Amino acid sequence: MSETINVKLKIWRQKNTSDKGRFELYDMPGVSTHMSFLEMMDVLNDRLVREGKDPVAFDHDCREGICGMCSMYINGRAHGLLKGTTTCQLHMRHFENGETITIEPWRAEAFPVIKDLAVDRTAFEKIMQAGGYVSMNTGNAVDGNALPIEKVKADEAMDAASCIGCGACVASCKNASAMLFMSAKVSQLALLPQGEPERYVRVLKMMEAHDEAGFGSCTNTGACESECPKEISIAHIARFNRDYLTASVVSEK
Amino acid sequence: MECTSQFLRQHPYKNKKNMSKLNSRIPDGPLEAKWTKYKSTVRLVNPANKRRIEVIVVGSGLAGASAAASLAELGYSVKCFCFQDSPRRAHSIAAQGGINAAKNYSNDGDSVFRLFYDTVKGGDYRAREANVYRLAEVSNAIIDQCVAQGVPFAREYGGLLDNRSFGGVQVSRTFYARGQTGQQLLLGAYSSLSRQIAKGNCQMYNRHEMLELVTIDGKARGIISRDLVSGEIQRHSAHAVILATGGYGNVFFLSTNAMGSNATAIWKAYKKGAFFGNPCFTQIHPTCIPVSGDYQSKLTLMSESLRNDGRVWVPKAVGDKRKPEDIPEEERDYYLERRYPSFGNLVPRDVASRAAKQVCDEGKGVGPSGLAVFLEFKDSIKRLGLDVIKERYGNLFEMYEKITGEDPYHTPMRIYPAVHYTMGGLWVDYNLMTTVPGLYALGECNFSDHGANRLGASALMQGLADGYFVIPYTIGDFLADEIRNPVPPTTHAEFDKAEKEVKDKIDRLMNIKGKQTVDDLHKKLGKVMWEYCGMGRNEPGLLKARTLIKEIKEEFWKDIRIPGSKDEFNTELEKAGRVADFIELGALMVEDALLRKESCGGHFREESQTEEGEAKRDDVNFSFVAAWEYAGDNSAPVLNKEELKFDVVHPTQRSYK
Ligand SMILES: Cc1cc2nc3c(=O)[nH]c(=O)nc-3n(C[C@H](O)[C@H](O)[C@H](O)COP(=O)(O)OP(=O)(O)OC[C@H]3O[C@@H](n4cnc5c(N)ncnc54)[C@H](O)[C@@H]3O)c2cc1C
Ligand code: FES
Repeated sequence: MSETINVKLKIWRQKNTSDKGRFELYDMPGVSTHMSFLEMMDVLNDRLVREGKDPVAFDHDCREGICGMCSMYINGRAHGLLKGTTTCQLHMRHFENGETITIEPWRAEAFPVIKDLAVDRTAFEKIMQAGGYVSMNTGNAVDGNALPIEKVKADEAMDAASCIGCGACVASCKNASAMLFMSAKVSQLALLPQGEPERYVRVLKMMEAHDEAGFGSCTNTGACESECPKEISIAHIARFNRDYLTASVVSEK
Repeated sequence: MECTSQFLRQHPYKNKKNMSKLNSRIPDGPLEAKWTKYKSTVRLVNPANKRRIEVIVVGSGLAGASAAASLAELGYSVKCFCFQDSPRRAHSIAAQGGINAAKNYSNDGDSVFRLFYDTVKGGDYRAREANVYRLAEVSNAIIDQCVAQGVPFAREYGGLLDNRSFGGVQVSRTFYARGQTGQQLLLGAYSSLSRQIAKGNCQMYNRHEMLELVTIDGKARGIISRDLVSGEIQRHSAHAVILATGGYGNVFFLSTNAMGSNATAIWKAYKKGAFFGNPCFTQIHPTCIPVSGDYQSKLTLMSESLRNDGRVWVPKAVGDKRKPEDIPEEERDYYLERRYPSFGNLVPRDVASRAAKQVCDEGKGVGPSGLAVFLEFKDSIKRLGLDVIKERYGNLFEMYEKITGEDPYHTPMRIYPAVHYTMGGLWVDYNLMTTVPGLYALGECNFSDHGANRLGASALMQGLADGYFVIPYTIGDFLADEIRNPVPPTTHAEFDKAEKEVKDKIDRLMNIKGKQTVDDLHKKLGKVMWEYCGMGRNEPGLLKARTLIKEIKEEFWKDIRIPGSKDEFNTELEKAGRVADFIELGALMVEDALLRKESCGGHFREESQTEEGEAKRDDVNFSFVAAWEYAGDNSAPVLNKEELKFDVVHPTQRSYK
């Protein structure tokens, strides 16, 4: 059952934000196909540390596909080739013996590289701070069942809310737009009565923060949807656009 | 064992004869009235003064984010810290199953009292009644709060909130959002926190790690942190410090916790005078994906809900390596159903975990390592149809397949217990204040509500109860006296001292320049802890662990190797600091396990079992919280006991037969 493969890794190394960066090649013989991709990276780093070299920096935490921390661009795809999968959930059985695997950080102006494969995603925080919430203080809530919500809508809101904020959408978009990320939050709140009062203010504010943070504009290529590890639908972008249009018309009056 | 702690000097009234050194500050009055009365009589800080009061919150998980947001809403100036690149990524995000509340929406006889009772019983009578009652009491407000934030809980077709049932209880009180409840609750708290950040009421420090607590005149007055990107060491002062830094299951190296989950903040607090409560109480979850090789970095939980429809079994014969499909019914041992006919596959976590270990110890374990049991869905697929099983567990089956490459619809899952949660943590009083005045502990990092075993879906409840509904009240009791005190300058000598300690420690770590990696030593520690302080514990084993941990500590400080420099993003350095603390905490866990000669909840002392091999509690000698006090690196920790009094619930031996 247990098999091993030999692979070569072509990894982006960059000492810090101001370093120019370059690819380096590493041989990885005898990789167990049961390993996760990040466990393979651990094995490499273990070796580098023993050799007195700098290990490859990368972000990760939960290793269960939910925290959104891991962020590798593998063989030209955000989180690798497997659909609906984050890097931490990708396993080596999906790679070929003898393959050279190219590993890069997310590349987007709004996500500067911190070191090697770790990037700074603070720009996402700014978008959320601009309006990704319902303005209510602790202690004011009415009974949870006071306001029934249609199951279909609640389910759709949940689909949108599944976004893990990893940034794969930005990394896969040729314009480095964060529309999928942003619209998922807007859509979740727009579908629920709790989000209704601020629905239009929210889109305007978040859009402004999006552009200010240096994300590009959306040209509807759909790359984000196909690379999203949580398979968030671009239908949310459409909802965002509708709301944005309405909001703009209203605010112009 | 005379006490000379800071705490006593601060609270001289506690030195009176016959008074315990620990004051749990439980309000008087009947259990049901305590919290209400407390809330209406607790001292308050007026709004104008709140603005001048600064509070540090370390941690942005459910407990930290909810506390930081709520305190900022109240008007306090808050600083919040987390080591991830965003508060939204705290380990709480990974909780799957759900959150309990006593809403009784299912009309199945649930009540605040029943939730309280189940939690105290589930914790094997090692928790404080008053705290647990309050937890049950505020549980309902949590659901309302989250709904108002836009948390998309599962709903029924009529549009109302849906509930499911969870292990160890007889009512349906668990609220959930698919298999991503923790994610949705955390994103809710994160949204409130983001709003406060935008308003300027809270300053967020992402990718910052607290490395030391600063106390001035015995009170918590600030922290020393490291900017993980630049390596810069920083000072932050405040009127009070709240720790909400999560559990320490990673002492075992392998656990279901996130890779970065650590004990550093609470360990530093312990060394500055905060007592550590019941450190050995660890929860080992029965249904996790087994270890597949030495490279294994963490273990993945398969939700407890699977035991609703799955049957757990091993082959009857020792060393039977046939494929599960080839083992006929009569040659299988459905050992949970056999041993516990009334609860069957749904016995509580501690019982299920021990039973799995026993059959594997007998040589009946399955899979390449022999350290696994089967969890099979064949019968329920036959009974309910594939579609129903798919709808209930689809995402879990998918996750299992991603990791193992096996399809659980057709072949049984292989599962094994893994470290999951730590009930132990910093000792806190009713106010959630530790023995260091002005230092609070919230969420998994305190010891308070789960006794010796935590029931499913109750950690999320506790984290949010602490942060949204308890601390906003209880912190006023301390801060009311602080309104005249300016926030201490970070130039204070105590800051100099604390910063120097941090810098010296980092230099020491960087200068070891040995041969082993940090993980090498962490794995060694984990093996010792798992072997001797894991699912089964006995005196000879624990004594052995004591010696081994001492050796590991020496080896660590002599032989680890950290590449790079301290002034950069250096993940090996981060790990090294955390592992150094895990080693010391591991030693304290062993002391605690040695002391507690009874079995209770997740703590199974092999010397204390019934004839049938079940855990045997000893209420006469061990009905207390063990609160350990640091006494210096070269002295044994000092034990303080908080006697547990049960006025309402009467402890009985748990039976799930
Ligand atoms: C896989 C899994 C599933 C679970 N499922 C459930 C469930 O269904 N129901 C349930 O009730 N419970 C569940 N639990 C338990 C529950 O998730 C946790 O107990 C709970 O989320 C802990 O929350 P917390 O806020 O205390 O800590 P955490 O969420 O762990 O947050 C800790 C925070 O502290 C920060 N931090 C830590 N150390 C430092 C430091 N030194 N400096 C700065 N910041 C620091 C971190 O950055 C983080 O923000 C589950 C646990 C696991 C592992
Ligand atoms: S590490 Fe959390 S999603 Fe990959």
